[in-house]
Amino acid sequence: MTDTLPGAAIPNPLDEAAITAAVEDAVAAIAAASSLEELKAVRLAHTGEKSPLSLANREIGSLPKEQKAAAGKLMGSSRGRVNQALAARTAVLEAENDARILVEETVDVTAAPRRRRAGARHPLSTLQDRVADIFVGMGWEIAEGPEVESEWFNFDALNFKPDHPAREMQDTFFVEPPEAHLLMRTHTSPVQVRSMLEREVPIYVLCPGKVFRTDELDATHTPVFHQFEGLAIDKKLSMADLRGTLEHFARQMFGDEAQIRLRPNYFPFTEPSAELDIWHPGAKGGPRWIEWGGCGMVNPNVLRAAGIDPDEYSGFAFGMGIERTLMFRNEVGDMRDMIEGDVRFSEHFGMEI
Amino acid sequence: MRIPLSWLREFAQVPADATAEDVMAELVKVGFEEEAVHRPTDELKGPIVVGQVLSLVKEPQSNGKTINWCQVRVVPEGQEQTLTGKGIDPSGVQGIICGAHNFVEGDKVVVTLPGAVLPGDFHISARKTYGHLSAGMIASVRELGIGEDHDGILVLSRIGLDPEIGTDAMTLLGLYDEAAEINVTPDRGYAFSIRGVAREYAHATGTVFTDPAAKVNAPAALSGGYGVKLNDDAPIYGKPGCDRFVARTVRGVDATRPTPPWMVSRLRLAGIRSISLPVDISNYVMLELGQPNHCYDLDKLSGDIVVRRAVAGEKITTLDDKVRALDVEDLLITDDSGAIGIAGVMGGANTEVSDSTTNILVEAAHFDEVSIGRSRRRHKLPSEASKRFERGVDWQVANVAAQRVVDLLVELAGGTADEAGTDVGTAPDAVTIELPAGYAASRIGIDFTEEQITGSLKDLGAIVLKDEVGGSYVVTAPSWRNDLETKEDLSEEIARLFGYDNIPATLPVAPPGRGLTRTQQQKRRVVQALADAGLTEVLSYPFVSKSANDTFGVAEEGAARTALKLANPISEEHGYLRTSVLPGLIEVARRNHSRGFRDLALFEAGSVFLPDGQLGTASIPPLGVKPSDEVLDGLYDGVPDQPLHIAAVLTGHDSPAAAAHTPRAWDWADALDIARLVGDVLGVELVVRQGSHQAFHPGRAAQLALRSGDVVGYAGELHPKLLAAHDMPARSVALELNADALFDAAPDVIVAKHISGFPVATQDVALVVPQDVPADAVLAALREGAGELLEDVALFDVYAGQGIEDGKKSLAFGLRFRATDRTLTADEASEAREAAVAVAAERFGAVQR
Repeated sequence: MTDTLPGAAIPNPLDEAAITAAVEDAVAAIAAASSLEELKAVRLAHTGEKSPLSLANREIGSLPKEQKAAAGKLMGSSRGRVNQALAARTAVLEAENDARILVEETVDVTAAPRRRRAGARHPLSTLQDRVADIFVGMGWEIAEGPEVESEWFNFDALNFKPDHPAREMQDTFFVEPPEAHLLMRTHTSPVQVRSMLEREVPIYVLCPGKVFRTDELDATHTPVFHQFEGLAIDKKLSMADLRGTLEHFARQMFGDEAQIRLRPNYFPFTEPSAELDIWHPGAKGGPRWIEWGGCGMVNPNVLRAAGIDPDEYSGFAFGMGIERTLMFRNEVGDMRDMIEGDVRFSEHFGMEI
Repeated sequence: MRIPLSWLREFAQVPADATAEDVMAELVKVGFEEEAVHRPTDELKGPIVVGQVLSLVKEPQSNGKTINWCQVRVVPEGQEQTLTGKGIDPSGVQGIICGAHNFVEGDKVVVTLPGAVLPGDFHISARKTYGHLSAGMIASVRELGIGEDHDGILVLSRIGLDPEIGTDAMTLLGLYDEAAEINVTPDRGYAFSIRGVAREYAHATGTVFTDPAAKVNAPAALSGGYGVKLNDDAPIYGKPGCDRFVARTVRGVDATRPTPPWMVSRLRLAGIRSISLPVDISNYVMLELGQPNHCYDLDKLSGDIVVRRAVAGEKITTLDDKVRALDVEDLLITDDSGAIGIAGVMGGANTEVSDSTTNILVEAAHFDEVSIGRSRRRHKLPSEASKRFERGVDWQVANVAAQRVVDLLVELAGGTADEAGTDVGTAPDAVTIELPAGYAASRIGIDFTEEQITGSLKDLGAIVLKDEVGGSYVVTAPSWRNDLETKEDLSEEIARLFGYDNIPATLPVAPPGRGLTRTQQQKRRVVQALADAGLTEVLSYPFVSKSANDTFGVAEEGAARTALKLANPISEEHGYLRTSVLPGLIEVARRNHSRGFRDLALFEAGSVFLPDGQLGTASIPPLGVKPSDEVLDGLYDGVPDQPLHIAAVLTGHDSPAAAAHTPRAWDWADALDIARLVGDVLGVELVVRQGSHQAFHPGRAAQLALRSGDVVGYAGELHPKLLAAHDMPARSVALELNADALFDAAPDVIVAKHISGFPVATQDVALVVPQDVPADAVLAALREGAGELLEDVALFDVYAGQGIEDGKKSLAFGLRFRATDRTLTADEASEAREAAVAVAAERFGAVQR
């Protein structure tokens, strides 16, 4: 950098060589400035009031009139060059500065805190919604009913004879006093009865909900669990319609590869009755049939109890456990995980299943 | 039901190499679920042979015990040992140490040779012990896994056997046999027998069935036997308790004879312990034919047998030596001495057969299903007999079964049968069912041919006639199928025999649906909103203690909460149904704390049970008929109110601690905020008042109400004492809302509000009011006073302390004014503010700071 000391020689504005030298000096100093601070000093030195070029410019005033034009032209272009160099250098240094600040502001993104709590649905609740959505998509409706129920809706209306062993196999919680004939529903089938009494035929409803049996909690049993039952009442429904509905549902639930199998079984409320198995290609320990639920053609006595003429209408019904579905679909090994409310269980699923 | 394969093979064509698994795979097709396999060879491996003790030297030991050093011949004399292996002596004589003393030289015993494996993965090898090389073991029944008796080793002569030395003892004892265990549904009593299952196996495989009943040569009629009277003066549902009683007598029986090993083996595989020869025979015939039967010691009977109902106060000592008080509905077998058996459930101790019994009376009777079921429940006496009677036994098989017992007593126990016998009772009417020609096809969805229909029904044992005029089949159900009553039952049988796998699939189309109901959508929205807000959904049990209901279910302390009580809870402590969701949530919170999670935000949406007024109905209508509207209304009204509640519990902090992040402790306002969120997502305004609820901190509880004034819940900090008592972190907060009430209050249609584009004018005001004036009330006063120019008002600061008089506080509100038709002037806004302040001043003495 060239220091312009007081009393230093003032270049002649007509001396092209001297002026060019001053310009070269300035441009070199500008190029050498490595920061905006340095550039500021350079600017003062080469374009400030005491700079050689400014002083030379001031000299133009005292030149004879005929020389002023030439000097003015020389000085104008010279100072223009310097200013241009300054502007260019300023832009470069400012860009460098901005970039440096951004670099300096770098954080460790991997150390970011979770400020918002991530909530979660219970997978049984999510799965219940998903099942309902599949049936709603088929035009079915969702029916619900009370968990404490009259014995009539839970048993008698479903053709459980008062002294039949099938009634005892339901391991029922009874509500006191016994004379009130109230119990905790052992299946969601009473909702089917209510639907038949309250709705007009044809009826296509899905009844999801909580049910209760007097089983102690262990790895595969719980006294409180969830079911979904379907009921269709229409003219000329057959077991083939039952199979078709279950196949469609199974494919929606488990993919196009899903297969079902029906095996003869017994339920008081259906005749014929069947056990429903589903083929689980991804089962732990190899592909196999898994018992999924029960189904059958609605027993005419059940229709009669709801005032529907069994000679005109027929129907089918099916029921599956949500816990069981979750256990084999999502490989939940222990029933207790679904029951105890350990936050790790729900949070692992988040909003999905 | 457990089916020994050797037994099944007698009556069904089971391939020689079929395993229990193979048999179950066939039976599952006709509706018998697989339960288990019982196969002794899974645990037991040879060589296990018959040996004879050649010599036995007693050697006293220093520990006081005496052991026997035995030489045991395991190959017939003069023959060579063909077995090879470490520890097997080529001479055919094994030296064996034995600690038991119940045998002598010359006894034939079971020898487990080196290389054998016994239950419990016990490998037999030659080993040095007590100064000898003991090459094998002389086995007890317990060691072989075929009995409990461990008093000593099994001496074959004592079970009536004298086999050749070297015989495979596993064959001798039936240990290569195996059993398939299947689940029999409660409608099919007939399948609790080898007879019934063999028939089903034939159905499943399309092979030939041999009826074991047909192999018994029973007399067509019996007379002159022991006196039996059927005196039921109180039939249930009009059905006599006993409609057949066959009695036969066998004399000169040796009850002490051992039961043959093949019978012991089959009983054991079927799950029944060998007791004595007469009892074993009785059980064997029950398993084979499905007819429970009983052997009385004839010499202990006095006078005629009378089948009648019990009289008040009557007692009996049953076979298990328990004295049981009888109910007048119990059906009894009696003689002159009184009750000698609870019919179909359990015999009496006094007439039981014993080792000294020589003359036996065999009973094979037919009892009413309902009567037996009730007695069994009443006396809590589930037995093999009651299990079958309750589900239905073939009326026709009684005399066949009695004959089979008699035959076996003669053959195996050395008895002589009396010619005379008793057979009293009346056969029930055969059930005839009309099956319209196309009915099965329409119900199943398969176009069955006439041959398929008649063929499968005949295979079942039914008689099928075709009504040529009406085109229906007239079907008489076989005597053992009491479950066949309707055309639907027959359709199932046809489909079952045809194979459910052959049913095609068609998808019926439902009429246009209406989607989820509004309430269902509302519930989903609230649950999802709470999860989205960072809460975790859990599902707790509805079983709670009385004190939990009394604390959480009612606001005022000391007021008892009416709650439903369970008659048979899992635990007496949790014997009530919840009236609040909070106790369950607190339990879940505690469980999470104990597992190391203390920062929690839990919620549950679940029913609570609020009995009020009529509870149930005194009687219930019969099945198969629609009750009258009045009766139905009674049933509906008797079911208690069960609204959906939504509750949440928050403990600890709102987020996990992290670098550069300080979590905030949950406080009462969070509980209130979440309650308001629920209101917001439903479009329901919650009116907040200072509340009072015994479960909450007396100064930090909000009562939540609808605009109508109906209280719908509480939110705030839980009571510190309650938190301490439940071992919960201090300052835990909670809320509970009646979701159903909120759903009902939600507006059906939301009317749009005009949005003004004119500029806003904001004004702040600080009011000094007494400490006990709720901020919300002041805010309401401001809103009221400000008039329609007020767009919004919010509390932004509460201050008490320096500069404010004791007992007072300063509330700062921001008011936002806007007109719909013009730009407000500052004066207009100030005027509206002054009007607002005037109402607050008038109502609460509020003074502007």
